Amino acid sequence: MRQLLSTDTPTTDEATEEEAAPEPDTVREATLDQLSSELGDALVGSHLEPGIDLTVRVTAEAWADTAAFLNTGMGFAYFGFLSAIDWMPSPFGRDMDAQVDLELGLDEKSEIDSTLEQGLAGGDTRFQVFARVNDIVNHRAITLKADVPDDSLTVPSWVEVYAGANWHEREAWEMFGISFEGHPGLRHIYLPGEFEGNPLRKDYPLLARRVKPWPGIVDVEQMPGDEDEEEAEESEEGASE
Amino acid sequence: MSLLAELSYWQQTSIRVGAGLVAVILVAGTLVMVHLFKLVSFMQSRLGPMEAGPFGSLQLLAEVGKHLQKEDIVPRKADKFVFAAAPFVVLASTFLLVVVLPGGPDAWFIQNDLGIYLAMAVSSVSVIGILMAGWGSANKYSLLGGLRATGQLIAYELPLILAVVGVVIQAGSMNLQTIVYAQANGEIFGWGGIGNPYVLTQGIAFFLFLTAMQAELTQTPFDMPIAESELVSGYMTEYSGMRFLLFFIAEFATAGVFSAIAAVLFLGGWYIPGIDPDDNIMNVLGPLVMFVKVVGLTFIVFWVRFSFPRFREDQLQRLAWKFLIPLALLNIVVTAIFKVWI
Amino acid sequence: MTDISDRQQLSYIAAQAADARVNLELETEGMTLNIGPQHPATHGTLRIVAKLDGEQVIAADPVMGYMHRGYEKLSEVRTYPQVTTLINRIDWLGSFANEVPFILAAEQLMEVEAPPRAQWIRTILFEMSRIANVVLFLGDMAVQVGAVTPVFFAFRDREHILNQIEGATGGRFHPNFDRIGGLKDDLPAGWIAETKQVMKKMRAFCDEIETLVLGNEIFQARTRGIGVIPADVGLSYGLSGANIRGSGVDWDVRRDNPCGLVYDQVDWKVWTHPDGDSFSRFWVRLQETREATNIVDQLLDDIPAGPIMAKVPRIIKVPAGEAYVETENPLGVMGYYVVSKGDLVPYRVKIRSASFNNMSISPWLLKGVYVPDIITILGSLYFILGDIDR
Repeated sequence: MRQLLSTDTPTTDEATEEEAAPEPDTVREATLDQLSSELGDALVGSHLEPGIDLTVRVTAEAWADTAAFLNTGMGFAYFGFLSAIDWMPSPFGRDMDAQVDLELGLDEKSEIDSTLEQGLAGGDTRFQVFARVNDIVNHRAITLKADVPDDSLTVPSWVEVYAGANWHEREAWEMFGISFEGHPGLRHIYLPGEFEGNPLRKDYPLLARRVKPWPGIVDVEQMPGDEDEEEAEESEEGASE
Repeated sequence: MSLLAELSYWQQTSIRVGAGLVAVILVAGTLVMVHLFKLVSFMQSRLGPMEAGPFGSLQLLAEVGKHLQKEDIVPRKADKFVFAAAPFVVLASTFLLVVVLPGGPDAWFIQNDLGIYLAMAVSSVSVIGILMAGWGSANKYSLLGGLRATGQLIAYELPLILAVVGVVIQAGSMNLQTIVYAQANGEIFGWGGIGNPYVLTQGIAFFLFLTAMQAELTQTPFDMPIAESELVSGYMTEYSGMRFLLFFIAEFATAGVFSAIAAVLFLGGWYIPGIDPDDNIMNVLGPLVMFVKVVGLTFIVFWVRFSFPRFREDQLQRLAWKFLIPLALLNIVVTAIFKVWI
Repeated sequence: MTDISDRQQLSYIAAQAADARVNLELETEGMTLNIGPQHPATHGTLRIVAKLDGEQVIAADPVMGYMHRGYEKLSEVRTYPQVTTLINRIDWLGSFANEVPFILAAEQLMEVEAPPRAQWIRTILFEMSRIANVVLFLGDMAVQVGAVTPVFFAFRDREHILNQIEGATGGRFHPNFDRIGGLKDDLPAGWIAETKQVMKKMRAFCDEIETLVLGNEIFQARTRGIGVIPADVGLSYGLSGANIRGSGVDWDVRRDNPCGLVYDQVDWKVWTHPDGDSFSRFWVRLQETREATNIVDQLLDDIPAGPIMAKVPRIIKVPAGEAYVETENPLGVMGYYVVSKGDLVPYRVKIRSASFNNMSISPWLLKGVYVPDIITILGSLYFILGDIDR
């Protein structure tokens, strides 16, 4: 993230930023090198955004081993979080949006696009688990990702490595239906025990929208305060021009 | 001869019973009003009740009315008789305590040479009531509260009694009336201007008595049996309406009665310096003097209650057995040595 | 330190022994005590199923979800500006602080930067919401150990802070003031001078708490050596905020990665305490509240002039990408992992809330302690139910 360097006019900020951006991020590159030399083929993808973040994708089999190496071998002792993503776009598209929004043409993607399109560091499967660990001594952090095999939906558990992963894995199991091999007790954490379904999967409908129509953002925009803001913005634009 | 002695026995008895009721209810009411509603409110930078009557002075009636209207809920699995009887047992021990208190040369309820011994004995009855409430409620919090109360009250009976022993040795009597006279007629190094209130010679015992009293009353820092942040309300959790009101009255009346006992033992009871203790006017003035001393002592009780955090159960026991009881024994030994040798 | 960990170890041994003896030696039966969901100490709807032997805890299992509102799912159908309304309610005592990391993550994806003045005011409000939040903890911790009076002082003095937040944002609890690219409004006239007065009052409050609670022998006896978290265990559970700094770990996101907020412009100190017990967590929070008033004071002195909004399109569409931004919130590290597919709405928002991680250590920490210590330990971990359940 860009840091503020001067209290003066924003132009100087932009200038420094342009200079800073091409600078190589040595710390993150070194981290990535060390990881890839240790993991070898298990590291299947990576994405390094200089000065911002490092994302590494490993195979599902190496998921727990990577964590163990990061924890003991590289000093990433701090457990941030663990969760999952469902990359399959919602089969419902945006049909639950308010009609006003659609009429305005705010949303171009009104057709349902069911192609899988994974994010940073790539991917092949519908589900990915991702986690973040920190090295609090050298102030480094890394986001780890792993593809969850579509057939078994199982990845190794992190509980042995990071004790705090326990609850996070329970949450991921409950919300996405991903099992964690070696977890001491996968049971519901937020939802009642008899709950069926995995709410954070994209094909799980948001029932609130079915029960009550969503008013849409146009309503919100017409509130009195926003009109003032709009005027102010217009006048600001006029002044800058 | 005093006014009271000319009345027949039944008239005297009914006056004493009435006075006993007044002593319990009036004292409890005053303490709730003055200390719980107002004093604590000012400590906590708020106003307290202000709506009912001028400065909320009628709030008490409103509270009582509210509790009387509430449904008397008994949990389904409760031991119904034990559950229902518990508040009465607790309140009964308060009334039994009152009877030993003298309020003037003739304004007493009973004259008994066992006086303070009787008081200490009947004060333990409330433990049974609390245990009944804790067990009878069929609630785990109540049970924990009741058991904690039992352990605590038994542990603190000892320093309480041992603290009293010093006074008894010095006065040479267990009769509370005699103790008052001993203080009224006492002298400090030959000067009898203010008598000899035992708080001066038995300062340690006074401190011990107040500490143990705080624990007996289950007030903070010894309020584990109620411990609202842990046990919801301890043995009182399941009570509502009238029965809760009885517990509430008992709590504050017992605070008043224990303070009265402390006033008798250490502050000269109904005696005030400057008036002959045998004067008939003391039968009227005495109860008022007692009342003022009680309010003063309960002020300390509630001041401490709303300032201090709570001990843990094991810390409380440690304090009782390792500190208070040895100190009390030491006090007894020193008092006895002075009594015999000097 | 060794003395304390010895005590902790003894209590674990005792817990093991208690576990073995239930139903065997003394033929005692374990008792399962449900603490919550309606309980005065859980300030919310947390339920702790505690298996007891007498008053000793053999196993404790927190059960949450009574306030689960599904913000991660709801965020997927709301536009970016609408999401802040939801996430305001995560940690409801320091609401403004919840908005900041999400807005920063969205700004990072859009490659927009708020003007300096907005960053300054953001940081000021961020620290003020920290004070508003932690002040209540300082009072509430005393209630957990049985002293009722300090919490009234806390409520009394928090009012000043809330008034200032209301003066600037229009909302006492849920400001919803942060916008992608800046802030909704500029500060009202006279606000800076008033806030300085309030900061003085807050310092006086901290002194009051220090004498009334921290210095009290009973409070120390109840909290010292209770609930000891060794640093490595705390790290592996992902504890953050005062909970980890109370274990001697010198790590503060504000100092080490102050992305988007201007902490590097201020002279301040990260407080740590080596003991790792309930007392040290309370102590660290008290010092941090004081430090926060200093930070606010310094920032108030030199707010740069300029606009408070960067140029942002009217309809906000965030380019495709992923961003994770975390900040040091009142309760600990809070972060948002925002996945965008170039739409009006986020594709996925993972909310990494501090209390969820902070509470996950409780089954480990509560083993072997006594019932009264459950309350002080939970109190010192300081969770907000909305922050656990989200």
